[in-house]
Parts: sequence; structure tokens; C-alpha cells
Amino acid sequence: MVEIPSGSADAVPTAEVEDVELYHPKSWWTKYVFSQDAKIIAVQYSVTAISIGLVALVLSWLMRLQLAFPGYFAFIDANHYYQFITMHGMIMVIYLLTALFLGGFGNYLIPLMLGARDMVFPYANMLSYWIYLLAVLILVAGFFVPGGPTGAGWTLYPPQAVLSGTPGGSDWGILLMLFSLIVFIIGFTMGGLNYVVTVLQGRARGMTLMRMPLTVWGIFTATVMALLAFPALFVACVMMLFDRLLGTSFFMPAIVEMGEQLQHGGGSPILFQHLFWFFGHPEVYIVALPAFGIVSDLISTHARKNIFGYRMMVWAIVVIGALSFIVWAHHMYVSGMNPAFGFFFATTTLIIAVPTAIKVYNWVLTLWRGDIHLTLPMLFALAFIVTFVNGGLTGLFLGNVVVDVPLSDTLFVVAHFHMVMGVAPILVIFGAIYHWYPKVTGRMLDDVLGHIHFWITFLGTYAIFFPMHYLGLLGMPRRYHELGDTVFVPPSANTLNIFITVMALVVGAAQIVFLLNLVWSLFKGREAGGNPWRATTLEWQTPQTPPAHGNWGKDLPVVYRWAYDYSVPGAADDFIPQTQPASGGVTREVVA
Amino acid sequence: MAQSLDNSDFRPTGLRGVAADFSSDQRAFKTASWGKAMMWIFLLSDTFVFGCFLLAYMTARMSTPVPWPNPSEVFALHIGGQDVPLILIAIMTFVLISSSGTMAMAVNFGYRRERGRTAALMLATALLGATFVGMQAFEWTKLISEGVRPWENPWGAPQFGSTFFMITGFHGTHVTIGVIFLLIVARKVWRGDYDVARRGFFTSRKGQYESVEIMGLYWHFVDLVWVFIFAFFYLW
Repeated sequence: MVEIPSGSADAVPTAEVEDVELYHPKSWWTKYVFSQDAKIIAVQYSVTAISIGLVALVLSWLMRLQLAFPGYFAFIDANHYYQFITMHGMIMVIYLLTALFLGGFGNYLIPLMLGARDMVFPYANMLSYWIYLLAVLILVAGFFVPGGPTGAGWTLYPPQAVLSGTPGGSDWGILLMLFSLIVFIIGFTMGGLNYVVTVLQGRARGMTLMRMPLTVWGIFTATVMALLAFPALFVACVMMLFDRLLGTSFFMPAIVEMGEQLQHGGGSPILFQHLFWFFGHPEVYIVALPAFGIVSDLISTHARKNIFGYRMMVWAIVVIGALSFIVWAHHMYVSGMNPAFGFFFATTTLIIAVPTAIKVYNWVLTLWRGDIHLTLPMLFALAFIVTFVNGGLTGLFLGNVVVDVPLSDTLFVVAHFHMVMGVAPILVIFGAIYHWYPKVTGRMLDDVLGHIHFWITFLGTYAIFFPMHYLGLLGMPRRYHELGDTVFVPPSANTLNIFITVMALVVGAAQIVFLLNLVWSLFKGREAGGNPWRATTLEWQTPQTPPAHGNWGKDLPVVYRWAYDYSVPGAADDFIPQTQPASGGVTREVVA
Repeated sequence: MAQSLDNSDFRPTGLRGVAADFSSDQRAFKTASWGKAMMWIFLLSDTFVFGCFLLAYMTARMSTPVPWPNPSEVFALHIGGQDVPLILIAIMTFVLISSSGTMAMAVNFGYRRERGRTAALMLATALLGATFVGMQAFEWTKLISEGVRPWENPWGAPQFGSTFFMITGFHGTHVTIGVIFLLIVARKVWRGDYDVARRGFFTSRKGQYESVEIMGLYWHFVDLVWVFIFAFFYLW
């Protein structure tokens, strides 16, 4: 704790840039539909992402039904099954998680948490959303074209992705998928540039980088990563489009299909895998880092304690972001590579565990002797820690070549990545929605419905994915439409499969409670007031709730302290907003 | 955006200055406006796009089992009874690099508020850019007439045509987009939009001469990328 001598600390640098002039909407259309206000864009992104996520949820139900009761549902044949897998994976990873964390939370929180009036380029920001919506529509169009969507698996590995034996391979499916991804990347770039420049150049007076809430650090680092990782996916998509449309052979080796020698030859399928995973692995952290950041703020706020080791938390985020660019080939151990490379990628993969473990310890140490309020955001944050540790530990297994090779393409892998980048970030998203919904709408979400939603979701997802580890160790393969008779999977395993499916149906249905809560509370929820959680960060200090256009009224806020002055000894309240002048007061901010 | 309220006299220089700027409030890059910062970060992202394209090209070239066509024969022009290797590409490269020179001069005159010269130099840059694209179209036509297709060519690995058309096409698209925006910005300069801070049609932000420099950043980047494409396709 630092005693701040009166006078000197109140000196805040003079404004370096003039206040921006915002575009003021003149009609209902430009205010609510083609809006340039980051807060509206955030809601548009979130609603679109959650809607398309529900489609992916239903697809996962269908897959689970097929796995538990093979043959009962005649319409889920092998082709459909693969189409469901592909669309489920792609939607969840890119169109839900990436879009919701960066487009949704990024748009809402970055300007508000940093004391800006809006993103730096609101017009490009608006375009970003509409292009994203176009990408979603192109993707959904896949369900309605001849041949249906692609069934190549979410990794879209060639050569099978563009061959006629794969659903959508010789029809529209793969084309629409590739077009949709390209459009998504273009749209994301417009938004992503906005987020990065706003963080770097658009902060309030007194808001140094090392005073930013960890939420912003997480979203910022993830956005930088996305701007560097999506190019690889973009290039891979363009090249595969040419393979499919022009008959080039970037990824296509000489190949016989249906007894016929194809025109392709000399291409490298492994090249696609490298490009894809150079995007694909950072993508994991593009989803995880915002979750890390948000969960840090949830824990600190609801445990009424400053985050433990703030600087270490920031550096851990940055280091994880950097390391994640040199681990991609651990997704390709079974594709085969020089053993030296396997050693390299296994080592870098395991090194990532160090900063990640630092983060987990710091979350736990923040909770230690905190004044823990078991509010819904806190419950979800705690559930995140448990789930994430579980998924992270199995990640250590799979990072080793010798362990990965036998476990690859079993349900163990499915369990691992659903725990670590499926359930864990989704739990944070829920926690974040319960936390910030009062700011977005001015009303609290209902507590009882929230608790029902939380317990079913948390325990249910565990019931779904934990048994999958066992099934994977038994050798039950993933991506199989139907297992049939094997010597290594006992019939009793099917009981577990049925259990998992029932739980999946229950957890999915519990989300209806959540959606009902969102709608019901919008009209009938308890009035929240400006700062219901008694939080320190700037978004809770806005003059109006929900914040008006321009966020701050006439004068921009001035920041005098870090975001984590909770329970400071000697202070009147158990929180001190970042806008409170420091003179004569106290802070726990560590100044280097 | 708003001009910087300059306090550059009081800032430390060198690495100390970098650290001081990054640990300061409001802006990490004290002299960069929002637009300029955004262009730099976009170019960083675009670097990764071109980097991936070129790496993919190198991989394709190294892993294909069929011999690669000899660039000095493929890219030769038949002039005056003999084959002159790389002559067209030498001219193209000269034209594009020259356009970077006119662009730099345009930026300079832009900051001196010399409307006429700035606009004229930007037009010259656009003209050189268009010439480059025209010559590229000529080269494409020549190669296509000789039987080069994205999926095959008469001399060797089919990946030669695929990567060539894809990467030079992607670069040519960048140049074309640059030419279009050069014309738009040149028109705004000529009309005096930046002198009266006229508001943009789409963004309704006040225009300023910095747009010329931001345009220049993009243009120099496109030139720089060409140097790499030139080296990897024509000299390897």
C-alpha cells in the first residue's frame, strides 16, 4: 500500500488530443440499425453471435443423439453427421467465440473502460459488423444449397475437403465455407484495427497502459494476435478456393478419385495444415486471452480484493500471446515431421504452461482471504478456474508427442479442447454477461433463473466432457459416425455415451432459461443503478446507465489510479473508483 | 484526427523515450495520429498475408517433384531478334520504384500546403501505378498466350502458374486499389477539401493533409512488397 502525498499525485498530464467530434445519428435507422456507436455495434455482434451459436448447439445435439442411439435417427446419415461436426466446430470457434469476445465485449468494453467516447473509427467499426453478418449469412446459406454444407471437419483438411466423396466437396458447401471465412476475416480486420488503435491511442488522461483493466489487456492482445494469425487462414482459404475453382494444385497431390486420375498433382496437403494451424493455434488463445482478462476482473470485483500480481498478469498475457505463434505444429504430430521439430514444438507447448499457471495461481491468490461474494459472475468465474485447470492439464498430456500420438483422434482430444476452449470461455462469457448486463440495459438479470442456469450448465458440462476422457483412453475414436463392433471398446461404453447425450440435451435446454432471463429482465428486471457491483473501473462511472452516445457527457473522465483499489485500508468504501483523485488518499497500485 | 497538442520538446529520446511513451497515458505513439497508427497496424497484418503467400510459394516450389521453369527464359522478351531476359520486369520495377519517389514528394508538398503540386504528384504516382498494372496485364497476356495457366504450363511444375498468377494478381490488386485511392485523395487535395477541413462523405470526419501521408504509407508498402515478389519470382 502506498500513501499518496497530497498535491503531487493529482497532477494529471494535459490532454494531448482534442476531444473527438462524434457522428450524431439523424434517424432511427442510423441510431439503432446502421449505428456507428460501439455500444450498439457490440450488442449487434453479441446477438448475431449468440444466435448462430444456438444453431451450433442444436447441431451438437444431433451429433450426440446419433452417437448414443446409432441408427435411431434415419435423417442423420454419415454425410449429415460430418456436416454437423464441421458446422458446429467452425461456428463455435470463429462465428461465436471470436466474434463475441472481440466484436461483442471488445466493442462494448474497450471505449468505456479506457474513458474514450467511441472507437477511433466508428464508420469502419460499423462496416465490420455488417460484413460479419454477411459472413454469417453466407455460412448459413450452406444449409440450403445443393449438397448441403461442407463435411470436411472444421479443419477443412485437403485433399478430402475438395473431393466429391466429402459432403459439399464437389458442390457448394466448401465454396461457401471458404467465402464466408474470407469475408469474416475482412470484416474482422476492420474491427480489429479499431480495437488495437483505440487501446494504443485513444485512452483517457491518466489511463496508462499499466492501469488498464486486465479485460482490456486480454482483448487487446487477442486482437493483435488475430490480426497476425487470420492472414494465414485467409491465404489458405484463397489457395483452397483456387484448387477447387481453377483446378490449381496448391494442396492437391496426384490423386485417384472413383477410379479416375484427377488433374491435380504435385501439391502439398501438409502446407495447408501448417497455414491452418499457424492460424488455428493462436486462435485458441484469441478466445482464451479475453476470457483470462475478463475473469481476472470478475474475481477481483466480486472478491473485493485487488488482483494479485497485476504486472505479472499483464506480462503473462503478452507472453502467452507471443508463445502461441511458435507452437502450431503440435496439432500435426500424427501428420509426421522431423523428430527434432516434434521436440521443438513439444517444448514450446509445455513452456506456455508456465505463464498460464502463473495466471491460475494469481486468480487463486486473489481469492485468498478475499471478501468473496458468491454472485453469479463470481460463480461462473470459479467454475471457469476449475474447468480451465482440468482442460489445461490434459493439454500438457497432449503436448507431448508420445502421449499425443495414441490419444490423437480419440474422444480424449474432444474432451480436452471442449474443456479448455469450449466450456471454459463460455463460462466466462456467461459470467461476463451477468456482470455487464446491468450496464448495457440498466437492469439486473434475475438471480433465481441465473442460479438454475449456472448449476445446470456447470455440472452438466462436466458430466458431458469428463466421461469423454475415459472413452478416449479406451480408444473410442472421434469423428466416427457410428462405431459398430470393435474389440477394444466394451459395449458398456455405450451406456456412458447415452449418459453424455442426455446431459447434453439437458445443458442445451438450460440455455433456454438463460435466454428467457435475458428477455424477461430487459423489461422486468430490478433497476440496477449505475454501479451495482460497486466496481472501480470506468464503465461503472458513466453519468448515465446505460451509457449515452459519447459515453461521458461533456467532460472526459480523468484516471488517477489503477483498476483494482478494492478494500484499501483506510478508505471509506471497500472500493475506490479509478476517477477518484488520489490526493491525501491511499492506493494499492504498485508503481514501478 | 485532432492535431497533437505538441509537447515534443520535453520528451526523452531513444529507448528511454520509447519506454516513457509506452508507460504514459493517452497515447503509446506520441506523434502518430489515429489514422496513421491504424495504417501501420493494417500494413503489419498485410505483411503477414504476403508473407504467408510467399512462404506457400517457396514450399510449393521446393516440394513439387517436377522441375521448375527457368525464370530468365520464361520472363524474357523477344526484342530485335534476340531474347532479352527480365527486360519487362526491370522496366516494371523501375516504374513502381519511381512512383514511390513521386509519392514521397507529394507528401512533402502536402505538408507545405501546396495544393497544385501535391495533387499533380499524386496523379503522377497514380499514372505510374496504372502503367505498372498495365505492363503486368501485358505480361499476363503474353504468358497466357504461351500456354501458361493456373493449372498447367508448357515448361514444368504446374505450381509455377498457380503461384505466379495468384501472388502477382494479389499484388496487382493492391496496386489497383492504391491507384483508385490515390485518385480520390488527389481530387480532395485539388478541390481544397483539406484546407477547409471538409467532412468526408461516409465518415463525416474532417479531412486533413495527413491523408496524403497515410496514402503514402500504403503506397510505399506495396512497392516494398513488390521488391520481395520480384526477388522470389524473377531472380530465384
